[in-house]
Amino acid sequence: MRKAKALLFEMGRSGRQGYSLPSCDVPEKPVDELLPKKMLRTEPLEIPELSEVEVIRHYTELSTRNFGVDTGFYPLGSCTMKYNPKVNEEVAALPGFACMHPCQPEHTVQGALELYYNMEQHLKELTGMERFTMQPSAGAHGELTGLMVIQAYHRNRDDHKRNKVLIPVTAHGTNPATVTMAGYEVVQIPSDDRGNVDLAALKEAVDDTTSALMLTNPSTLGLFEEEITEMARVVHDAGGLLYYDGANLNAIMGYARPGDMGFDVVHLNIHKTLSTPHGGGGPGSGPVGVKERLVPYLPVPLVGKKGDHFYFDYDLPESIGKVHSFYGNFGVVIKAYNYMRMMGAEGLKQASTDAVLNSNYLASLLKKTYYIPYDRIRKHEFVVSAKPEKKKGAGAGDIAKALLDRGFHPPTVYFPLIVDEALMTEPNDTESKETLDAYAQAMEDIAKDIDQDAEKVAAGPYHTVVGRLDEVRAVRNPILRWEKK
Amino acid sequence: MGGKHYLPLTDEDRQEMLSTIGVKSIEDLFSDIPAEVRLQRELDLPPALSELEAVKHLNSLAAKNKHLNNCISFMGAGVYDHFIPSVIKHITGRSEFYTSYTPYQPEISQGVLQAIFEYQTMICQLTGMDVANASMYDGGTAVAEGAIMGCGATRRSKALVSQAVSPFYRAVLKNYFNSRGLPLEEIPLKDGKTDFAKLEEMIDDQVASVVLQQPNFFGLVEDFDGVADLVHNHKAALVVSVDPLSLPLLQAPADYGADIVVGEGQSLGVPPSFGGPLLGIMAARQSFVRQMPGRIAGETVDSEGNRGFVLTLQTREQHIRREKASSNICSNEALVALAAAVYMAAMGPQGMHEVAEQCLQKTAYARQKITALSGFEAAFSGHNFKEFAVKVPGKPEDINKKLLQKDILGGVDISPFYPELENTMLFAVTEKRTREEIDTLVQELEGWK
Repeated sequence: MRKAKALLFEMGRSGRQGYSLPSCDVPEKPVDELLPKKMLRTEPLEIPELSEVEVIRHYTELSTRNFGVDTGFYPLGSCTMKYNPKVNEEVAALPGFACMHPCQPEHTVQGALELYYNMEQHLKELTGMERFTMQPSAGAHGELTGLMVIQAYHRNRDDHKRNKVLIPVTAHGTNPATVTMAGYEVVQIPSDDRGNVDLAALKEAVDDTTSALMLTNPSTLGLFEEEITEMARVVHDAGGLLYYDGANLNAIMGYARPGDMGFDVVHLNIHKTLSTPHGGGGPGSGPVGVKERLVPYLPVPLVGKKGDHFYFDYDLPESIGKVHSFYGNFGVVIKAYNYMRMMGAEGLKQASTDAVLNSNYLASLLKKTYYIPYDRIRKHEFVVSAKPEKKKGAGAGDIAKALLDRGFHPPTVYFPLIVDEALMTEPNDTESKETLDAYAQAMEDIAKDIDQDAEKVAAGPYHTVVGRLDEVRAVRNPILRWEKK
Repeated sequence: MGGKHYLPLTDEDRQEMLSTIGVKSIEDLFSDIPAEVRLQRELDLPPALSELEAVKHLNSLAAKNKHLNNCISFMGAGVYDHFIPSVIKHITGRSEFYTSYTPYQPEISQGVLQAIFEYQTMICQLTGMDVANASMYDGGTAVAEGAIMGCGATRRSKALVSQAVSPFYRAVLKNYFNSRGLPLEEIPLKDGKTDFAKLEEMIDDQVASVVLQQPNFFGLVEDFDGVADLVHNHKAALVVSVDPLSLPLLQAPADYGADIVVGEGQSLGVPPSFGGPLLGIMAARQSFVRQMPGRIAGETVDSEGNRGFVLTLQTREQHIRREKASSNICSNEALVALAAAVYMAAMGPQGMHEVAEQCLQKTAYARQKITALSGFEAAFSGHNFKEFAVKVPGKPEDINKKLLQKDILGGVDISPFYPELENTMLFAVTEKRTREEIDTLVQELEGWK
């Protein structure tokens, strides 16, 4: 039976406690002697009083109302929801990593610096870039860092006209948002009939105001940009740079490298490609790699090595400065590093092979029932269009809810924008053939249900802990915090 | 081959799947990558390690680091050695939470969504603000985005930031403003605090955001009396960076007129992790909500009228608004926000108050003892919450080297950030430090010549 879960604020009793602290062992003074009276808090905190058992049961129940990769198949397109190896969690939690202070003297953090240094070497090899910074905390943060570096490069050459960044229509929303954050204007480039960037339109758009082209390759349609070399030539000839959004790198590890395609800057989403968990929204990590001519502009510090000694290198006079208070999401980088060490070159290539195989296989199964535009050999993901189903009365969003009832996390819906009723589907390398077969069967069943009673499908889901939630109401009448009645 | 245990397809599966697709070989699936960009060799990475070997390798790297569990730490400057109740890792370690994505499908994400809603509520309760978001990356990016949010709300472009705001945060802020071409000026210090007389001279009708920190970088509690009026008279926004763990004792920012509250949330049950992942806090008055960056969870009802939670006001966000979004943030620090929520739930109002008060008392004790030593002088007068700056009779680097011989991580050397403050260290004293540990520190410093 469906039931709302009590909020923390509706639980507990005055006088309960969920903590245990030693008593204060220094001589105490009155608080209003130690702090200015007028800056003291006047109202007591409203936070509830709970015993430890209540806290644990509350959050344990909440966890049962949530779906993770460990719960089931999670083909969320462009998010690469692969299995998160358990051993990574364990090594990242070692006190020798998790309990380090960021301001410790260099000689007391040699192991951490060695890890950063090694990781940089691995990422350079994986992508074909010259240097990496680990400071960005997420993909979008990496994008901003990358554009800042590109901007510094142009500014340093007294090239101040370049105020535009070109973005294909299939790009992730973070790309145009980042362009604005960096003070640039967006120029949108359409796709051609085959789903690739329209080369003629690109040539038309590129000029001496072009700062960069931001590109995801393979694209969000799961298609490799076959004209990438020519695109790079066109942008470079006009004095612009190429930015690689690494969201979809899981398709090509060991097969191709952004550096060899002509990209000048790349960010990786190591919480996608390199297996670190997404944590219900984060933390992620978005290391940024650049070619040699952009190295001087990277954030400080980089990590260097002299003999056996590792050190923070602040000696970058042209650096953009910092994008994070300290050195980025170290705890996440540890997990990705461990993953790379355990996979090795062959394992990473096999991961990409299986990701691409799974995607092409699942698309072959689904196209018996569904319409898949741009149907050709694809990489790690593909986009189903539920336009025909929508006409029958149940669209992409409704199919997604029907999948919830069958125990699957749905694909990314209504994206990319150039496909109507899009279901962007990414079955990654850690899924078995049986799982894909079961998912295809579920999709086929849903199609049949739509044929029989689309209205019923459109009113789902039926077996989740809550029914379909009213998102419009949440916007019209925003309740963004609990308040005492 | 490495990682075979993460890759379930067998060779037989692969053959069957290729034939279903209708291609002959794996190579056919990569025929769309033009030869000129194909990697013509294998990646050159170290040989794959088994789980046993990997754990050994990572342990050996971790063993080369000193850390807060085998040292006595007096380091702060934004990241602190606080007590972390054991319940936190048991909750954040539940894989339904940590292996989930951003809750785009609310019907199967009620756990994360309700936890965020509760987190937002507790941040509002601490700060007195009307609305909080689901998190930013860290204190530095929260400060930068808070200042930009002020620009959006006032439709102006300039920010003034106090030099008493953490230099780590100011570095990020400067970079964000510089990239966007927005003007940024620094308000100078007076005896370690923001010089509000200078602020009065500097503020004009171009200013969007005035950025302050409470307690400030030197651990000093600033007197914000009249500051909000000054800022609001010029129709600018007051942005204040706070340590949430100071708020059980200190006035809620809403009460002194803050419009946007940001800060580093690491003190709420989050391990220091060499500076990341941390937790950017962001809260504001209701009227600023449309300019707020990042995810926000909101309450609604389901088809049967049951209470439930969704991500809301998404027209602020990049995946809907693209280049017109309030920020580009997508992934945030949700799991760290969950840790902070569990911390607040477990500690409760008394626990948090007790922690804050012990920090205050132990800091006062340590400050008095250290500044009584010959050659050691308080850098500034005033009230300190959980850290204090001391002018020391030697190079901080050398002093820290000596302390390390006794496994003490001494104060952070802040001279590099404030050239006028020669040989100055910032000592942080949390509730975890015992009188004995503080006395040991004092003893070691006493011998310094």
